[in-house]
Amino acid sequence: MKNSEQTKRRNERYNEYVKSITPLSSTLKSLFHAFLIGGTICILGQLIAETYHFFLPDLDLKMVASYTSSTLITLAIILTGLGWYDIIARAGGAGAFLPITGFANAMSSASMEFKTEGLIFGTSVKLFSVVGPVVVNGIVWSTIAGLVRLLWSVIF
Amino acid sequence: MWWELILKLLLVFISGGLLCVLAEILIIKTTLTPAKILVIFLIAGIVLETFGIYKPLLNIFNAGVSVPIVGFGAGLAEGAIKYATEYGFIGAFAGGLLNTAFGVGVAVVVSYIITLIFSPKTKK
Repeated sequence: MKNSEQTKRRNERYNEYVKSITPLSSTLKSLFHAFLIGGTICILGQLIAETYHFFLPDLDLKMVASYTSSTLITLAIILTGLGWYDIIARAGGAGAFLPITGFANAMSSASMEFKTEGLIFGTSVKLFSVVGPVVVNGIVWSTIAGLVRLLWSVIF
Repeated sequence: MWWELILKLLLVFISGGLLCVLAEILIIKTTLTPAKILVIFLIAGIVLETFGIYKPLLNIFNAGVSVPIVGFGAGLAEGAIKYATEYGFIGAFAGGLLNTAFGVGVAVVVSYIITLIFSPKTKK
């Protein structure tokens, strides 16, 4: 008991120390980088969508969106394979992991990291180890959303 | 014509960038891990779509809201709502996955192929 309290107090002191020596400019810098990288990835997505829309005018907008996200995901995974997405992620922080490319990067880097443990017990098991929460929560909460709207339409 | 495209891209850049700044603030100011922040933004997208707020935002900001994970959440909710109204109760369970199957399918298959081709780089 006493020990844990000591640890807690030490951690608090350490956190205060870290806060006191972290310059404010580094916070602003990381926010700026997140803005720049995140915004650029979104622009890339928009340009890909415009290109598909221009060359395949018969495609409906939903398919254009699917093609666009598939293209972004593929690009991000190839960059992950080459080890380049890591560089973007280190510079961009949230700007690199919030877009759909970050989702693809998390999935493929987990899959590659456990290649050494085999394709079945390594790659196939760990593929969803990082993005699992996103997929699981997505399914659960979207189901609730569907049921809420269904209930809504029945009542009103 | 060109002005329209430039204005559109500017809105995309600003809205997408600001969403990422919001996530970055959460990382710096709280103890939330990136995985938790992704889930928060995902659920935000689902909620926005459920109450019909996402579509107007998409019309203004385009890829600025659809490329961040918010768009993935909105796609899940859109599918669940569509299939729930079409097939009833059971549709809500399948709709989300059916609507986002392109992205998830491509991500899994391409990840697998890339894993076969490349080996992980050692961190420098």
